[in-house]
Amino acid sequence: MRPEESVSYDKSGYKEASADNITVKTKPFNKASFVIQMTLIALAALTLYGFSSFDYKDINIFEAISSSFSTVKTMFLEPHFNHFTFGEALMQVSITLGLAFLTTLFGAVIALFLGLLAARNLSSNTVSYIIKGLVAFIRAVPTVLWVLIFAVAAGLGSVAAVIGMTFHSVSYLVKAYSESFEELDKGVIEALRASGANWWQIAFQAVIPTSITYMISWTFMRFEINFAVSVAMGAAAGAGGIGYDMFMASAFYYDLREVGVITYLILAFAVALEIFAGRLKRKLKVTV
Amino acid sequence: MLDKYFAKKRRDSLIFCAIMISLTLGAIIITEYDVVKGFTSIVKAAEWTSSNFYPDEKAMNRLPDILDSLTETVLVSIAATTVAALFALLFAMLGSSTTGVSGVFSSLSRGVASLFRNIDVAAWSMILLFSFGQNVLTGYFALFFGSFGFLTRAFMEAIDEVSSSSVEALRATGASYFSIIFQSVIPTSVPLLLSWILFMVETNIRHATIVGILTGTGIGFLFSLYYKSLNYSSASLLVIVIVITILLIEYISNYIRRVIL
Repeated sequence: MRPEESVSYDKSGYKEASADNITVKTKPFNKASFVIQMTLIALAALTLYGFSSFDYKDINIFEAISSSFSTVKTMFLEPHFNHFTFGEALMQVSITLGLAFLTTLFGAVIALFLGLLAARNLSSNTVSYIIKGLVAFIRAVPTVLWVLIFAVAAGLGSVAAVIGMTFHSVSYLVKAYSESFEELDKGVIEALRASGANWWQIAFQAVIPTSITYMISWTFMRFEINFAVSVAMGAAAGAGGIGYDMFMASAFYYDLREVGVITYLILAFAVALEIFAGRLKRKLKVTV
Repeated sequence: MLDKYFAKKRRDSLIFCAIMISLTLGAIIITEYDVVKGFTSIVKAAEWTSSNFYPDEKAMNRLPDILDSLTETVLVSIAATTVAALFALLFAMLGSSTTGVSGVFSSLSRGVASLFRNIDVAAWSMILLFSFGQNVLTGYFALFFGSFGFLTRAFMEAIDEVSSSSVEALRATGASYFSIIFQSVIPTSVPLLLSWILFMVETNIRHATIVGILTGTGIGFLFSLYYKSLNYSSASLLVIVIVITILLIEYISNYIRRVIL
């Protein structure tokens, strides 16, 4: 097409379109965009209502923000060990990492079997619904509450933390695993079943090998989450590790500089885990 | 050829198992985790829960208090998410590779997002406790910072995923930067962004419990109060209320997601 031609065509097209605009202006009703608008309005309204209803206890917001800035400045610019040495801090971080590792491993093993039972194409509908419902309930109770509930029976410490966090890991991983199992082509299972393969053979020779990359990347993602969670459990539920030291430094010693050091340490490990996870995902060529 | 393949596969899985077992043993030793006690405590916890952990008459009288602080917690979570989403949208626009201004901005906003995301909300609440004290804003800002980091990263990926081709096409027609953003990028990516916002609201309500325990606000504070005073029946009522709330919010956001995506 020559340039002159395209220009004249565009002009006439434009004129027609503008003539149409006068007669037909309204957009047809669209459920999706209606729901989007309603959701946005509801979120905005709840936010405004929230800000108006909070009990601020006469806090001077500008003073608090400026003092937060100076807190953060002291924390990050003058980090300093006070109550323990660098070696001890590393030891505490490895305890936290150990808690995260144990919970992820236990969670993954249990979730593997429950995930197979929860996948609709591998088990009956009833079993799948029961497991999915149970798992949704477990996920709805925040991790810290699980840990504290187990702490009554086992005492505060690593046992309660590992069991409580495992509960949550299991429920998270069952959901992730079973969804990736359900993506498997129906024909594959049918073909194997027709050739006389039993349930275990189908699960371990076809289903798991095809979704293993997804499973690894979900599991590693859970490991990252569990690292953050075990820091939090150390602080809130006495699980030990670096989180407990951070809680002591902040709530008992009021030692900003030590909080800064610990934050740097946690940050370094979290970023290292994230970089490693990115590498792993690229190597497995999956996008989750 | 084939037997070598199987031998290699067997050797690889043996090495993998050995590494996992030694890591597990190492983790068990340094965390002082008692394996036997782990199993027995599940049984003990189940026994204890069935005999002590249910709401009674006295706990029901506390229901208004519980609902009050639950409302506060839910509102804090929503407010933190929406405000964080606004900031995250700005940073994601500047940082995404399709709509970004320059490479410097992109790496800057990725760095900021990574910094905020990797400091956990529990750590944020302990940091903020110094200046804000036992106040609702401590929890608000802790959730805000965590959400901001997470949403910036998620928005950046969503924008790149949805709009890279349409931005290229519009740029070729000579559309200005702002008309590209407001006519194409935002409308096409809104469903995905909203889905992330809803996910963040759910996550924040879960996080709000631990933030509350650490900062002494909202539903978390009430739980630790009941828990520490051994008032388990009230604590159990609180857990039930939290579970119902989270399931309800999950249900609503799943419904919205099904309609808009």
